[in-house]
Order: sequence, then C-alpha cells, then structure tokens
Amino acid sequence: MAPLLDVDSLAVTLPSPRGPLPILHDVSLTVDEGELVGIAGESGCGKSLTAQTLLGLLPPGAAVTGSARYAGTELLGLDARGWQRVRGAGIAMVFQDPSAALHPMLTVGRQLTEHMRVHLRMDRRAAGRRAVELLDQVRIPDPERALRAYPHQFSGGMRQRVAIAIALAARPRLLIADEPTTALDVTVQAGILALLERLRAETGLAVAFITHDLGVLSALTTRGYIFYAGRVVETGPTGSLLTAPTHPYTAALLGARPHGTQTGATLRPIPGAPPAPGEAPPGCPFQPRCGYAEPSCGEAPPPLTPAGVDRSVACVVRPHLEVAA
Amino acid sequence: MTTLADPKAERALGRRRWLGRLRGGSTSRPVWRQPITVVALTILGGWLLLALLADVLAPYDPLAQSPDTYASPSGAHWFGTDSLGRDIFSRVVHGARLSIPLALAIVSLALLVGGLLGLVAGYVGRFVDEALMRLTDLVFAFPQIILAMAVTAAFGPNTRNAVLALVIVSWPVYARVIRSAVLSMRGDDYLNAARLLGVGPIRALRRDVLPNSIGPAIVLATLELGNAVLLLAALSFLGLGPRPPAAEWGSMVALGAQDLSMWWVSVFPGLAILTVVMAFNVLGDALRDRLDPRYTKGR
Amino acid sequence: MNTPARLSFTDVEVEYRSRGRGRVRAVAGVSLEVSPGQIVGLVGESGCGKSTLARAAVGLSAPSAGTVEYAGRPVTPLGWRPRSGAEVGLQMVFQNPYASLNPRRTIGSQLLDGVPAAVTGSARRARVHELLERVAMPTSAAQRYPHQFSGGQRQRLAIARALAPEPRMIIADEPVTALDASSQAQVVNLLVGLVRDLDMGMLFISHDLALVHEIADVTAVMYLGRIVEAAPTRELWREPRHPYTRALIDAVPQIGPTPRLPAILAGEVPDPANAPTGCRFRPRCPHAFAPCGEQPPTVDLGDRSVACWLTDSATAPTVARSL
Ligand SMILES: Nc1ncnc2c1ncn2[C@@H]1O[C@H](COP(=O)(O)OP(=O)(O)OP(=O)(O)O)[C@@H](O)[C@H]1O
Ligand SMILES: Nc1ncnc2c1ncn2[C@@H]1O[C@H](COP(=O)(O)OP(=O)(O)OP(=O)(O)O)[C@@H](O)[C@H]1O
Ligand code: SF4
Ligand code: SF4
Ligand SMILES: [Mg+2]
Ligand SMILES: [Mg+2]
Repeated sequence: MAPLLDVDSLAVTLPSPRGPLPILHDVSLTVDEGELVGIAGESGCGKSLTAQTLLGLLPPGAAVTGSARYAGTELLGLDARGWQRVRGAGIAMVFQDPSAALHPMLTVGRQLTEHMRVHLRMDRRAAGRRAVELLDQVRIPDPERALRAYPHQFSGGMRQRVAIAIALAARPRLLIADEPTTALDVTVQAGILALLERLRAETGLAVAFITHDLGVLSALTTRGYIFYAGRVVETGPTGSLLTAPTHPYTAALLGARPHGTQTGATLRPIPGAPPAPGEAPPGCPFQPRCGYAEPSCGEAPPPLTPAGVDRSVACVVRPHLEVAA
Repeated sequence: MTTLADPKAERALGRRRWLGRLRGGSTSRPVWRQPITVVALTILGGWLLLALLADVLAPYDPLAQSPDTYASPSGAHWFGTDSLGRDIFSRVVHGARLSIPLALAIVSLALLVGGLLGLVAGYVGRFVDEALMRLTDLVFAFPQIILAMAVTAAFGPNTRNAVLALVIVSWPVYARVIRSAVLSMRGDDYLNAARLLGVGPIRALRRDVLPNSIGPAIVLATLELGNAVLLLAALSFLGLGPRPPAAEWGSMVALGAQDLSMWWVSVFPGLAILTVVMAFNVLGDALRDRLDPRYTKGR
Repeated sequence: MNTPARLSFTDVEVEYRSRGRGRVRAVAGVSLEVSPGQIVGLVGESGCGKSTLARAAVGLSAPSAGTVEYAGRPVTPLGWRPRSGAEVGLQMVFQNPYASLNPRRTIGSQLLDGVPAAVTGSARRARVHELLERVAMPTSAAQRYPHQFSGGQRQRLAIARALAPEPRMIIADEPVTALDASSQAQVVNLLVGLVRDLDMGMLFISHDLALVHEIADVTAVMYLGRIVEAAPTRELWREPRHPYTRALIDAVPQIGPTPRLPAILAGEVPDPANAPTGCRFRPRCPHAFAPCGEQPPTVDLGDRSVACWLTDSATAPTVARSL
C-alpha cells in the first residue's frame, strides 16, 4: 500500500536579504494511514518549515524542489484552489501556540462552525451539532456551554484541545502537529498525547508529530525522524531509534536530557550550536560538534543509508555509541 | 516594538492605512526606495527650499497691492493675482514660510505635552491614568475643528491662539499612543530586571520606557503634520487664524472661495495645502512601515 | 553583614483583584526556605501560582498576608526608591529571554545597570567582560543587541545581568522552558555551576519534574497556591507521599523500547478564583476519602513535609499507604 504522505528529496530555499538560503536538503519521509510519526531535532533545524511546505504555507519567494505526494496527489506546485482542497479535508495542522490559531474576540462555537460551513458547506444546525460532537471528542467538559465561551476563558491545555477540534472539523486524514505540547505542563501534555492516540485508534487519523522532546517522541510515536540542519540524519522505529541510536547526533540529543537516574548529576549539553542556514560545513553538518568525526566526514554530506531493520542513518563513520540511560 | 492595546491609539495610527495600498503594499523594496516615498520627500524638500528662499524666489512682495486685480495666470503673474492685486505665486511661496513652521510647532508642542502626560499616565497608572484618560475622552468627544474654533473664539483670533488651540485639540492622541505603548511594556520583564538591579524609576523611565514607546508617537506626529497644516488652514479660512493680510494658505483659499469664477485665487493655495498634506501622510506611512513590525515582517 | 542570605517565606498569601473574577488568591499560604548553597526546586502545573510566588519573593508584587524575608529583612515592594545595598543581592532570572532584555539597548549597557556604583572608571567595563566570560559568551557581545542572539544565548546574557550585583540568592522562574533540549542543558548547567561555585542559593521554578530532579537539593510541589509536599529530591522521587506528586511523576514521558503513553491526571486545573473546599486536590485525587472535606494540615515528617490526610496516622486508611 502506498503511504498516505510520501515526501521525496524535498529541498526548500528561502529568500533572504543576503541571497537565497537553503534550509531543507534532501528530506524524505513517509506517513502511513493511521500511523503516528515523530519528527524531532533542535530549534531551527527545519521542522516547522517542513510542515509549512506540506500545507502550502511557505513565504513568498521560496523555491521548492523534490516531491510530496499526499494520497497520490502531488502537493508541490498546487495552485491556491488545490491547496484549499487539501487543507480542507486532507491535511490539517495544529500549532505550538493555540492562542495564535484562535481568534480572541470570537466564541469557540463561531470559530468551529464557521470553519465547517465554509469548508464542508454545512448548514448552521448541522455545523452546531458537529461542533458539540467535536468538543466532546477532544474531551471538553460541557460542550454546549463551551461553544458560547471565548478562548481566554479556557486554560492552555483546553485551548490546545479546542484548536485540535477545529483542525479535525473537516475530517482530515493527516494531522500535522507542530510542537502542540511544548508550552504545556506534563499533566496536560499527557492528556493531549492520549487524545491523539485515541483519535488514531478510533478514526484512523495519521499524525505527524513535531517535537524537540525525545520523551514525547518515544511515548507517542511508532516511527521517528531526527532532523539536523535541514536534513534527516536518522530514522527508524522510535523504540530502537531511541534506545539504540546509531547517529552521534541522536545519541548526543539523548545525552542532553535529564536522565532521572540520580540527583546532582550535571547534564551533558551538545557543545556548540547548530550551523545557521547557509553556513553548514561542506561535509557532514554535525561535524563541528561531533566527537567521532574523522577526516572522511568533511568530504560531502553523508547520504541516508539503510542500517538495520527499517532504519537508516546519515553517518559515514557509524561509531560504536554508548547508549544513554 | 510594541503593539498598541488602546483602540483609540490604534485608530489614530491606522487611520490612513489606505495610503499603504496606494504604494503597492507588499513589495519587498525598502520603503525609502519606493517611488511614492521618494516623490513625497522631493515635494517636501521643494517646499522647504521655497520657504527658505522665499525672499529670493518670490518675484513680488506678498503683501504689495496693485491695481492689477484678478489677473489670470500669465508670464508676469504665474499664478495670477487676487482681489487686491497681490501676486498669488509670491503669496503661496511665503505661505510655506508660515504654514510649515506653524505645523511643526503645533505638532512638536502637542507631542511634548501629550507624550509627557502619556508617559506618566502609563507608568504611574491607577487614578493618575484614570483622570488623564477621562480628560482625553473629553477632548475626543468633540470634532477637532469645532473645539479649535471654540478655543480660538474664546481667546481671540490670532496666530498664537490658533496654535494653542490646535495643540489643545491634538495632544490627547499622543498621550494615548504613548500611554498605550508604555502600558504594553510596563509588565515587560526587562523593566522589572532593571529595577531589581537597583535602577531608579526615573532612570528606568528615561532609558527603558521612553525609547521603546516613542516610535509610534513619531510616526503619528509625521502623519499629524499634514493634519496640522489642514486644521490651521481651516481656522484661517474661517477667519480664526493668522490675521489678514498675512499670506496664509487657508485664508487665501477663503478669499478665492468668494468667487469661484476666479479659480486661480483659491486653487493654487489649495494645491499647496494638498501637496504638503499628502507628502506628510505618505512619509508618516513609510515611517510606520519601517518602525512597526506588524507591517514589516521579520527581524 | 553577618545574617546569612537566606530567603524565607512564612504563610505567604498573594491576591489579585481582577474584573469579572473578583479576588483571586493565587498563592494561598506558602512557607518555604532557601539557604545559601542550596538549590530548591519548585514544581507545579501552569497557573498554580509559581510565578506569583517568585514575584513576591523579589518584591515585584506585595503579599496580602504573611512575610517574605531575605537576609533577615522583609523584602519591600518596588516603589519610587531605587534598590540598594543588600537588597540587590536577591536577583531574578525570568522565563522569557525575549522579553527580559531591552531590545533597544546594548547588552553591555544593560549589564552595567547592575554593576555596583563602587566599581568605577575602566573597572566597570572590565567587570562587564568578566560577567560575559562567566556565562561563556564572547566579550564582543557587550556591543551587540539582544536580537542578534539565539534564545539560549539570550538566557545566558540575562543570567550574566543577574550576576552583575554579585547576588547571594537567585530566583529562576522557568529559565529554560522556552528553550530546546540542548540549550536547556547548557543553561541549566551554567546556572547550577555558578550557584555551586559562588555558593549562592537558588529557587529554581519549573514544570519539568525530570529537570528539577536532576539539579535540586530539595523539591517543593505546588498545587493551586499551596505547597503540598516538600522533600529532599531523591526521597521525593523515590517515594512520593502526596497523590499529586505521584501524578506529576507519572506524567513525565519516558523513553522506552515501545511507545507507552504517560498516565493521565483526571480533571482540569481548577480556577484559583473558586478553589475547591477542603483539600484543594480532592476533585482530581484518586485516593480522596471522607476526611478530605477538611483542609489537610502540613505534617512535618523530619526532613520532609506533606499536606495530605493519607499521611496523617489518625485518618490514613491502611490500604492507601503506597501510592
Ligand atoms: N520566513 C523565513 N525566512 C528566512 N528564514 C527562515 C524563515 N522561516 C524560517 N527560517 C529559517 O529556517 C530555519 C528552519 O526554521 P524552522 O522554523 O523550520 O525551525 P524549527 O525546526 O521548527 O525550529 P523550532 O524548534 O524553533 O520551532 C531556521 O534557521 C529559520 O531561521
Ligand atoms: N495580574 C494578574 N491578575 C489576575 N490574576 C492573575 C494575574 N497574574 C496571575 N493571575 C492568576 O493567578 C494564578 C497564578 O498565576 P501564576 O502566573 O503565578 O502561575 P504559574 O504557576 O506561574 O503558571 P505558569 O506555569 O503558567 O507560569 C493564575 O490563575 C492566574 O490566572
Ligand atoms: S559523519 Fe562524521 S561528523 Fe557526521 S555524525 Fe558521523 S561521525 Fe560525526
Ligand atoms: S487530602 Fe485527600 S484529596 Fe487531598 S491529596 Fe490527600 S487523599 Fe487526596
Ligand atoms: Mg518550529
Ligand atoms: Mg509562571
């Protein structure tokens, strides 16, 4: 079966005052129907830009090459109309900051139903019924009353659930969630993660979940992609990816986390910072920060090559790595 | 920079947003390079030059009467003459000397008064803020020109009182803009951090609050320069501004308006008003585009 | 000045008056102590009053009841008087590094704000460079503006600024929440290193329990304006005594060979404007029983304290011993 989303050799270049900046290089990834896929990496590595590309939200002047097929349709090069169709009932998105997605002056009900009336051409009644159903689905207590409330009357976690409800209004098959829990507490986060898993199980929704928390990646998703400087550096089933990383960057990310094993230990941050777009070294982008670098690393960016069951890694050295915690 | 929470302040800045569209909106060219901004700058530069060199450039004494009344535009009188035979071109050029500095004076005074009050209202808050805001509401409740007329009529119609009246009707808008900028940053942690380090409130106001709140007010002031020219002209049109025979554009328009068949008497000063007002508006708009992150995305 | 630079809260309450919601008691009776050389972690859900407590600690807001004392003297709210002397020994690092540095002033000028007036002439500039080196930033940063730095770097600069008056006590209100995992590690390491080297005290506020576990000597758990449990971190983690502490620990996502969703805590964080009567955690507590209709007292158990009827030997049902 062909994957629901199939991104192949995607490259994105953005305009800047100092000339075009290559941001994404050769990104390939797939998401199957009803699959929870994770995308992780440091700030600025291109996670959000990947999401924006898949929703046709790139800033003007962006140059895109490669292909991104959703349910058999090529997304790149769609016109405004085509995007409208894809965004309406195909791919939906949830953002990190739910307040940005919700209009502060309109009631939750208005925002939910307006969406349905425009995208699904529902009448007021039907849209109202579905709105209640959706709020119920995302576990908002007393949905009828919630419909008449304004976003600021909800807590952060509830607001994020309302944003998810809006994203689900048009019955999408793929939900792209860009760090939807980064601003939330662990307890609230647990609720959102459970909600996404339940939606997957009950409706067959596929989710691409973007995060920089490897714990969240492990707890929720079955397959993960580790991004670094606009490239996929390692991918595989989340369990094996995070318990037996083969790329030094994945291992370093794992090492930087609090381990929860002992008190008083210091954390092990990755030295240095990721390269700014356009300033990556000629070879492996991780080379300046990599403790295993060898001269061969400087030649060309290592391609993603198969390594073990369902796994691929972009590293020419493939050192033996200590498994963190 | 700051975003404004006060709808009145917001409106004052957004009022002339249509001009942005005229300029072609989202071109990536920097605002200073956009043709319309260049045109506006050239026009203003031209007027300034005319005002500075009025004595040299004007062919006649602006107040000198002559028997040659209501002469239509010709080689001798480029813009024609008025009912008293005065050369309209010379009067328009000398008018720049009056209108532009007066507008600058009105706006700077209003900015100073309104800015200070707004700063205090926003920073101190509570009853000081409450009282000042009710005062601005009171001023806002009347149309500017009506209030200005009432004030000049009360104090006596002359140039000084016209300026005073226009300052009185225009300070509240600066007060609101500055106050709202201060309010939106009062909770900002860099202020708190500075205070915790031992920086006193006055120094914090001067170093941390003022520079961050002055931007919108400067934009507004530029936009308001056009308005000031217009209001001043309106007052003198109504005989409440600079006294005749002073060459003031508004009173010149008024003179011509008595008989529209002599179109040149009012059209040329009218055009002078129009170009100056438009130029200031375009400039203010360009300034806003540069300073306000909501109109220019990115860092 | 011989009084130890200890920070102590005694029955602190902080109220907000707001239109529509009436009076909100965001902090409802907190007693806590932070000694020099000690890192105390404060964890709790969003809205439970952590920031309110932090702001009361440094005098950015005034408690409506109880006292906050630093170095033996009450902390006075910020007023028209500049802070001086011992008062500036108490500093704060804020959550959002984008809002805590003035975008229009150079880093150097902002650091100078805190350099004591006793340091004069070229020594002032030298002090700025020293501060920058201490947070591992190049001295050239002094001439640059905040927007030229990444979030993690800004937070390091904000820390340098807080260090300028040579503080003895630092309140860090979610200093790394806005940063990604790797920058988090850098900033936390830096803060902890400085606190240990300079023998300062630190109140480290976070909702990341795993992080607090890693660095704090003592952890206090806050729920809806109250501290429900405080204990040496190791013990708190090994054997949580309050059901809410248990829920927080269980909600931390773990890395494992197969996906395993973290446990969910039922219910929503209640609005402090109408807090439940009795034990405030009661509506969400899986162990709630009859006595919980009354507010549980804070029971002192040697080096730890818990506010839950389960720990009270008179009321505790035997089955609920292990959470
Ligand atoms: N409109 C834009 N113009 C120029 N560069 C941009 C633009 N948007 C993003 N970038 C750059 O592209 C890179 C990738 O950004 P992106 O937002 O995808 O990162 P991210 O992985 O989502 O990071 P975060 O975890 O901080 O959200 C960054 O270096 C960013 O500076
Ligand atoms: N200025 C204010 N006016 C009225 N209520 C406020 C104000 N500031 C905070 N509150 C309320 O006080 C309670 C505690 O807020 P506080 O910011 O201290 O929580 P917090 O624990 O720091 O949360 P977070 O993790 O989101 O930062 C919240 O219910 C909040 O809505
Ligand atoms: S290719 Fe070389 S530099 Fe890159 S991650 Fe592998 S070992 Fe490190
Ligand atoms: S006092 Fe009762 S309700 Fe409160 S935490 Fe303990 S068992 Fe739960
Ligand atoms: Mg992002
Ligand atoms: Mg807080």
